[in-house]
Amino acid sequence: MSDSTHAAHTDGEHNPYVAHHFDNMGQQAGAAKLGMWLFLATELLMFSGLFLAYFICRMWYPDMVLGAHEYLSKTAGGINTCVLLFSSWTMAMAVRSAQVGKPGSKEDAAKIKKYLLLTLLCAGVFLVVKYFEYSAKFEHGMLPGKFYTAHLHGYEIEGLPHIFFGIYFIMTGLHGVHVLVGMGIMIWIYLRASRGEFSHQNYAGVENTGLYWHLVDLVWIFLFPLLYLVK
Amino acid sequence: MSEQPASYDLENPSEPNFYKAQKGLKSWLFTVDHKRLGVMYLASVILFFFVAGFLAIALRTELLTPAQDFVSASTYNQLFTLHGAIMTFLFIIPATPGALGNFLLPLMLGAKDVAFPRLNLLSFWIYSAAAVMLLCTLVLGGLDTGWTFYTPYSTSTGTAAGLAALGVFVAGFSSILTGLNFVVTVHRMRAPGQTWDRMPLFVWAIYATAVIQILATPVLAITVLLVFIERFLGIGIFDPAMGGDPVLFQHFFWFYSHPAVYIMILPGFGIISEILTVHSRKHVFGYKAIALSSVAIAIISFLVWGHHLFVSGQSELVGVIFSFLTFAVAVPTAIKVFSWVATLYGGSIVYNTPMWYGLMFLWTFTIGGVTGLYLSTISVDVHLHDTYFVVAHFHYVMMGGLVIAFIGGVFHWWPKITGRFYHEASGKLGALLVFIGFNVTFGTQFFLGHQGMPRRYFAYLPEYTTMHQISTVGSYILASGLLIAGFSLAMAFRKSAPKAGSNPWGAVSLEWKTSSPPIEHNFHDTPHVTGSPYDFPEIDKSGRTH
Amino acid sequence: MILNLLLLGPDPALLGTPPMSESPFSLLPAASTNAQEIDDVYIFITALCVISFVILMGAQIYFMLKYKKPKAGHRKTSPLTHSGKLEFWWSFIPAILLLILFGWGETLYMKMMSPPDDAISIRVTGQKWFWTVEYPDTAGAILTDELIVPVGIPVRLTLTSNDVIHSFFIPVFRLKKDAVPGRYTNMWFEATTPGVYPIFCAEYCGDQHSSMIGKVHVVPREEYQAKLDEAARLVQDEGESMVDFGKRVWDRGGCASCHSLDGTTKTGPSLKGKYGTNETLVDGSTIAIDDNYIRESILEPNAKVVQGFTPQMPSFAGRFDDKAIAGLIEFIKSNK
Ligand code: HEA
Ligand code: HEA
Ligand code: HEC
Ligand code: CUA
Ligand SMILES: [Cu+2]
Repeated sequence: MSDSTHAAHTDGEHNPYVAHHFDNMGQQAGAAKLGMWLFLATELLMFSGLFLAYFICRMWYPDMVLGAHEYLSKTAGGINTCVLLFSSWTMAMAVRSAQVGKPGSKEDAAKIKKYLLLTLLCAGVFLVVKYFEYSAKFEHGMLPGKFYTAHLHGYEIEGLPHIFFGIYFIMTGLHGVHVLVGMGIMIWIYLRASRGEFSHQNYAGVENTGLYWHLVDLVWIFLFPLLYLVK
Repeated sequence: MSEQPASYDLENPSEPNFYKAQKGLKSWLFTVDHKRLGVMYLASVILFFFVAGFLAIALRTELLTPAQDFVSASTYNQLFTLHGAIMTFLFIIPATPGALGNFLLPLMLGAKDVAFPRLNLLSFWIYSAAAVMLLCTLVLGGLDTGWTFYTPYSTSTGTAAGLAALGVFVAGFSSILTGLNFVVTVHRMRAPGQTWDRMPLFVWAIYATAVIQILATPVLAITVLLVFIERFLGIGIFDPAMGGDPVLFQHFFWFYSHPAVYIMILPGFGIISEILTVHSRKHVFGYKAIALSSVAIAIISFLVWGHHLFVSGQSELVGVIFSFLTFAVAVPTAIKVFSWVATLYGGSIVYNTPMWYGLMFLWTFTIGGVTGLYLSTISVDVHLHDTYFVVAHFHYVMMGGLVIAFIGGVFHWWPKITGRFYHEASGKLGALLVFIGFNVTFGTQFFLGHQGMPRRYFAYLPEYTTMHQISTVGSYILASGLLIAGFSLAMAFRKSAPKAGSNPWGAVSLEWKTSSPPIEHNFHDTPHVTGSPYDFPEIDKSGRTH
Repeated sequence: MILNLLLLGPDPALLGTPPMSESPFSLLPAASTNAQEIDDVYIFITALCVISFVILMGAQIYFMLKYKKPKAGHRKTSPLTHSGKLEFWWSFIPAILLLILFGWGETLYMKMMSPPDDAISIRVTGQKWFWTVEYPDTAGAILTDELIVPVGIPVRLTLTSNDVIHSFFIPVFRLKKDAVPGRYTNMWFEATTPGVYPIFCAEYCGDQHSSMIGKVHVVPREEYQAKLDEAARLVQDEGESMVDFGKRVWDRGGCASCHSLDGTTKTGPSLKGKYGTNETLVDGSTIAIDDNYIRESILEPNAKVVQGFTPQMPSFAGRFDDKAIAGLIEFIKSNK
């Protein structure tokens, strides 16, 4: 790792995107990437706390979790899984387009923008599906904790399903917040791409957005089987 | 050791120092300069130390008599809760990384700034927001859960525990971002020649701290978030009435909070390594051992959280395993303490205020550390848990460990930060009073604890009166010592205070290779490191034995 | 002590237990078999720590004096940077010492955690802010804040809590265990020295955490059953007035932990001068406080909840007979 500081000043002597406190683009991009990976690690650790809570709940009440999970829509969850997987691909393509893009090339910028738009669209679809799922749960009174009223709507779930739905809403809710934040970042990156900022000289921004988006995707890949496909 | 072009005059730099480089309030509030952020952190943490210290003095005053007389029961509960919460979340955790770390880390590495200066600013503002939230609890119903937020008390109390939990959640993010920034800075921003084994030990300590911050804080974030959600949605994970388990919370909480005690102390270790070497002009003893034991502590500290739950009803086997691992964490700490004492051997010791604090630290921290061994001996902890023995233990490591190191560090780098000298005589008087007051305040509490005095009691059996009174008097002596220390530092702001020059202590590490206060971009020319930061010119290389 | 005279305060809620030890610097007396052994470990650690501390500080102070900077400028300092041998030994020796400590502490702990089969079993329930102690083997023996145990017979306590976490702490036995709601935890001991000693609540549980204290009576084996029956007995004595009898019931029920008799509000409303007045309930209706209402409040406390309070009062149905309740009513009546 230590050699990075000695990196020869091959590129970037004239790179306008290098901030004052970095020696060269290599150092700046390296720092940005390491920072992003560390950030992702903290995100994973945060979710892992919730996963732990989930597993403990499942250990305490295995039958209740089995019973309650029947009420989650596997179709909706499945569609969302596909959508997110596809969006990971489009995101990867956006990063790729930035990495090979020529500085100042309109076409290359348009390519980045196209893939970003596609990813944004997927994120939108994901949220819409989630919206329908949530409203169904609301209607049936399958709400977290003390708001749980499904038994009044004629759904008898054995045990203490309010804990399952509590965990369901916290986990998917926190994940949903991450999707929203991701969309915000993508819009910002999109605007920067429109200004033609990204090219093989400077693509750390797109790359880090990509890393973040893959994490959001990854978390969902765990959420889906654990919550929807318990059996 | 490092080389610098001789042409640049450090004592009369042609560029303005970082205070003068930009003007106006806005240039401070939106600064991305790590030195300015360091100074802002320093001011904030000192403020919170005084606020929380004031609460401590108030609660000690209540404890003068066995009866409840000076404050009401619920006020007392709020006093120790806010004292503990502010001291931990707003003072001790951000203190050294936020203030000294920010100021010194890039300087010591020979960098122009931290890796992400804007992120640095952001984490300062997040920290301020958290501070506002925690202080708001004062007017919005108070906070009476104890700093540990144990459920189901915290999920059922009528006070502002929800807001406080959110405040701690937010403070956690500031801590995570700072840690992340520092890890990247250490990995990517070192000056040419600044290899890992040439980094000052302070940098190593901050680095190990940052790693713990990154790995542990997210779990705290999710834990307090769950408490917050539990209060509003009643999901029932921690609430036995709804099918949850209150002890689960304790596991979550201590999984963070035990590593957090090393977040608190490791930077202090770093400061002590610097102070003891510089003021005895000796190469630090066992550089590798000190550096790597920090990393060892950082790793083992994740495996010992259960020693806070010895009497909570966790299974016996689990308790025993945690007891074992806790002993394991004491070994790397012992290595450090021995190495520091060995560093003094054959030195040329200068007795000035920072060195006084450095030497005091060895005394107080060792007492704090060895009393931790009583607590990790599982059968003895059954008696001592939640008594004043624990209170005394953690004040010896936190106040006697980190705070004394921190004050020593502030004195040590004060000439660098302000460009001028503190007042030496009052500095030493303050240090003496702090030392006496501290030992009187908390030394007595070991006896109280063994006699069975439980903590968080505002009224107690009359048989504990004498010890409590001695302790309270000690806390007044301690407070006066701290006031005098503050006075000594403030004397540097006089126009007539003596100028410090770039390197008043004759130290070797890079932060002394720039003017005091440093110029905006730290170094006029990027420094090139060629040797150890502890290679003092006084060291006898002739091969004679001592 | 002198300060005590200067800072006058109301007399502390004296427990009435004699001080556990003569001097604050002496070792706390040990009144159970395990306590003695825990003290042995304690003394061993203390010796170990004092010796390490003295060696370490001795070296430090010696170096501090010997290597003080001379007035005339710095002396040449030692080039020593490390010493593999030294570093090995000062990691190895503490590691061994710590291992010994661990082993000793662990074996003792295991012993402390496994109650003998013939132990007397007692149930203890924590609630804000009193302990209810039940003797399943002695009919009617339900005490508040009082534990009676014999010398020389192992006793096993089963702990739980009705609200938040409390912790049952008997310093002279060197024992403590959390009382966790929704769970049962255990502890056991064998008392050795007759006497009256304090019990504390050691886990923070809210406002009156400091007053959640009780007494343990350690009585000689032969007197145990008699003492317990005596404590369990709740009938009016010959020549005892109804009010005095009511006062005894009041103390036994731990009513005072929630109801004051001087007008201050605790968990429940103060019962000073309440009899014959009107009370507003949570639903806004009012009700006269008469014999019937008090009786209902004791047997079915949550049937009518007073405005400004939460339904926290436990039911005393089955614990107090009609006679005792009548006594209570008279006692409350007498409290003008
Ligand atoms: C800066 C913070 C800090 C530090 C560094 C430590 C360090 C240690 N702590 Fe402490 N601790 C706290 C802060 C800290 N602690 C806090 C805040 C609490 C209570 C929280 C609450 O409940 O509110 C607590 C509580 C606490 C408990 C739980 C007590 C209870 O609630 O029942 C335990 C139990 O094992 C413990 C153990 C230890 C040990 C073994 C160390 C070790 O790391 C110490 C190692 C150091 C040494 C051992 C000294 C140097 C060594 C030598 C000189 C060698 C020679 C010695 C011998 C071989 C004998 N601590
Ligand atoms: C960084 C950590 C830290 C520090 C430095 C301190 C510092 C002090 N603490 Fe502590 N304390 C905790 C962390 C800390 N504390 C924690 C985590 C708890 C547990 C809380 C809980 O149970 O939830 C606790 C609990 C605690 C208790 C136990 C309360 C109880 O259980 O009932 C006591 C009692 O003596 C106490 C006292 C003190 C005193 C006298 C100081 C002194 O060292 C303070 C000295 C500082 C000042 C006095 C301020 C500066 C000086 C001035 C402003 C001068 C002018 C002021 C006056 C003349 C009044 N603290
Ligand atoms: C755990 C606390 C607690 C204990 C112990 C307790 N009470 Fe109460 N009591 C309450 C609370 C809270 C209320 C008010 C809410 C309600 O009416 O249920 C109350 C209400 C009452 C009332 C009605 C008062 C009014 O103003 O209307 C009476 C009478 C009473 N208690 C008597 C007793 C007696 C007698 C005992 C002991 C045998 C006792 N209580 C023990 C908590 C307690
Ligand atoms: Cu019950 Cu503290
Ligand atoms: Cu710990």
